[in-house]
Amino acid sequence: MRALVVWCPDWPVVATGSTGALPAAVIARGGVQACNQAARGFGVTRGMRRRDAQSRCPGLTLFDANPERDVRAFEPVLAAVEALRPGVAPLRPGLLAIRAPGRFYGGEELAAATIAERLVEVGVRDVRIGIADDLFSAEQAARLAEIQDWRVVEEGGSAAFLAGLPVDVLATDSLPDSGDLVGLLRRLGLRTLGDLAALPARDVLTRFGAYGAKVHRLARGVDPVQPATRTPPPDLVSEVVFEPALVSVEAVSFSVRRTAERFVAELGERGLVCTALRVEAEADDAKRSLLSARSWVHSRWFGANDVVDRVHWQLQATPAGVLVGAPVGLVRFVPETVEPAAAHADGLWGGGTDELIDRGVARVQAMLGYDAVVVPVRQGGRSPASRQLLVPWGERPSAVRAPDLPWPGSMPSPAPSRVFAEPWATAVVGPAGQPVTVTDRGVVTAVPTRFHSGSGSGWQVIDTWAGPWPADEQWWDGSRGTAGMVARFQIVGVDGRAWLMRCDGGQWWTEASYD
Amino acid sequence: MSAPIVLAPREQTLQQLQERIRGMQDGVPRVPLPTHPVLDGLLQLRTGGAYEVDRASLGMALLATPSAEGSWVAVVGAPDFGVEAAAELGVDLTRTVLVPDPGEHWLETTAALVDVVGVVLLRPPVGVTERTASRIAARLRKRSAALIVQGEWPGAEARISLRSSAWSGAVAGHGRLRSRRVVLGVQRGSAPVREVELWFPSAEGPVVRIEYGVERPALDAPRMEALA
Repeated sequence: MRALVVWCPDWPVVATGSTGALPAAVIARGGVQACNQAARGFGVTRGMRRRDAQSRCPGLTLFDANPERDVRAFEPVLAAVEALRPGVAPLRPGLLAIRAPGRFYGGEELAAATIAERLVEVGVRDVRIGIADDLFSAEQAARLAEIQDWRVVEEGGSAAFLAGLPVDVLATDSLPDSGDLVGLLRRLGLRTLGDLAALPARDVLTRFGAYGAKVHRLARGVDPVQPATRTPPPDLVSEVVFEPALVSVEAVSFSVRRTAERFVAELGERGLVCTALRVEAEADDAKRSLLSARSWVHSRWFGANDVVDRVHWQLQATPAGVLVGAPVGLVRFVPETVEPAAAHADGLWGGGTDELIDRGVARVQAMLGYDAVVVPVRQGGRSPASRQLLVPWGERPSAVRAPDLPWPGSMPSPAPSRVFAEPWATAVVGPAGQPVTVTDRGVVTAVPTRFHSGSGSGWQVIDTWAGPWPADEQWWDGSRGTAGMVARFQIVGVDGRAWLMRCDGGQWWTEASYD
Repeated sequence: MSAPIVLAPREQTLQQLQERIRGMQDGVPRVPLPTHPVLDGLLQLRTGGAYEVDRASLGMALLATPSAEGSWVAVVGAPDFGVEAAAELGVDLTRTVLVPDPGEHWLETTAALVDVVGVVLLRPPVGVTERTASRIAARLRKRSAALIVQGEWPGAEARISLRSSAWSGAVAGHGRLRSRRVVLGVQRGSAPVREVELWFPSAEGPVVRIEYGVERPALDAPRMEALA
C-alpha cells in the first residue's frame, strides 16, 4: 500500500487569496504563523514576532489567523483530488494523502503529474507531491520536491531515504511536543533520522515509552498508520429542468412539487432537515442567466409544501402571475443551513403549540402573502416608530439596535400604545394663534394652546403638555427628510387623550398616541 | 360534567344556573382565561367569548395576562400596534403574531388565527354584521379561543371602556406623562355599567386598582370565580 501525499506549502497564506508575488504573512498570537516565499526572501521566518517581521519587511501584508478559512479554502483542493482518486484523507489544511494509484494513470509518476496539473488548473500553483511506502516518508518526500514537481521513494527505500534527513523534520504539527523531542535528540547526539533508526527498538521503547517507539517507527519508515479517508460530502442540491420553459408562476409551482418532495426526502434519509433554503430560478437561454435568487428562513424547518410556497412567493413578480423576464428553464433548491432532524423532532405527544401556530400562520400567508404576518421586536431608537421592528414570520430579525442602550432624546416611559407608521401632519398654535416652533437652542417660541391634526375634527384645546425632548437625528445625512434637529412633545387634549408630536423645522407631526 | 353544582352562597341562584346552562349548551366547556387582576370581580374572560374594548391600550392589557401565562396571541388589523407599550403592559412579544393589514381578508385571517392562538385582538376595518359575528363565535367556542374587538361587535359578552381618563405628570411644559387615572366601565349586555377606578398605567408602571379602603358590598360585585 503506497501513499501519495500532496503538500501545498504556506497554506494559511495561500488561503487568504494573496498573490504569491508580494510578501505576506499570517499572524497568530502576535507571531508569524506562516509566510510566503517572497516574505522569506526578506528574512521573515515562522515564529518571528510581528514587529520583527515588519521591521525586516515593511511592505509585509499581514492577515489574522483563521483556521476555518484554511479549512474552507482547502475544500476545493480535496474535491479536485477526489475527482481523480477517491479515498482522500485530509491530514490538515494544506496537506492531504491518498493511496497512490499504481497503474491507473500509467504509473506513480504519471499519477502525480496528473494530480499536480489538475491542482494548478484549480488555482493552487505551489503544489508538491511525494510518494513512498509509508505516510511519513511520503510527506518528507513531498517536502523535498520542487514546486509543481514530485519525488518518488521507491518501494522498500523508505529507511534509506529517511536516514539522511536531519531530526528537525520531526518538528511538525502532527506530532505532539515535537519541538522538545528534536532538542532532546540533538542533545543525545542523534543528528539524523538514520542515527535514531540505528538504535535498537527495545532500548528506545524502554527509555521513551510508547511515544518514543512511535518516533522510532517513523524514523525507520515502518509506521503502519493508514490515514482515515473521508466520505465525500453528499450533494444536497436539487434542481428541476423545465422542457419547454414555463412562463406562469402557477405552472412552475405545480411542476416543482415532486422535486421539492424529493429534496425534503433526501435530506430526511440522511437525518437532516433544512432550516434555510436558497431558491434559484434560471432562464432558458444559452447563458442560463439567473432570473431570481433568494434565501428563505423557516421558523422550524422546510417541508415540501413550504418549499413550493417559497417558490410561488419568490416568482410572483407581477400581479398577473406571469414572470417579468424570460421563461423559467430551471429551478434549483440549495440548502443553506441543514440541521440534524433530531434537534427538530416532534415530541412524543406532538410538536405542541408552535407547530399549530406555524400551520395557522401558513394559511394566512397563503391568503395575504409572505410579508403579511409579522412578529414584533423591540429595538433601540429615538422616535417611537424606530423603537419597534416588524419582522416577517419565519425570518430572523437582523440589524436590531440594542434597546437597552441609553438613546438620549428618546421618550420616557410609558410608551405610546398606538404608533403611526405614517405620522399625521398637525398644526399647533399658541395663545394668539401664532404657530409654535422650537428654536435651534431648544426654546419653545410660544405656549401651545390648540392643535389641529389631519384626522381629527377641528381645533382642540391643549389641556397640558410636556417637552420638548430634542433629538439631533442623522445630522450627517442631508439627503434624508427627517435629518436635523427635531423636538418631541407630549400633548394632552382637553378630552383626556394624550399624543406624541414632533416639531420638525416648523412643521408638526403626530407620531403616536397614548391611547 | 358530573361535578356537583357549587353555588356561591350569596349569588342569585337563578342567574348562576342560567350561566351554567349557557356554558353547557355548546358542548365545549367555556374555560376561564387568565384575566388581568384589576378586573377581579368585574370580568372573567372565558374561551368562546368576544369582548369589546374602546382603546388600544385596553386591548393590550387584556392580551397581557394570557400571553404572560404562556398562551399565543394574535393582533389583526392594527397597523399602529405599539410594540413597546404592549411589552410594558406584559405581552410576551415572542408569542405574539401581528397581521397589521389583512385588508378585505380580515375575517378569514381572524378565523385562521382563532384556530391556533389563545386570544385574538381584532380591529375590524368595517362594520360587522350579526351573521359574521355568530360564525366567528361558533369558531371561538369550538377552538377554545377568545376574541377581543377594538370597535363594535354584535353579541359581545361585555364591553370594556374608559369612561374618563386624566393624565398626570405633565404640567405646562414641565415634567412628563407619568400616570393616568381612569374610570373603567364594564357593561355586560343590558346590565348597568360597573365601574372601577384604576391607575392605568401607574407611575411605577403596572396597572393598579384604586381602593378606597371599603370593600364594596358583595351583592354589587358577584364573585364570578365561583363558577369557574
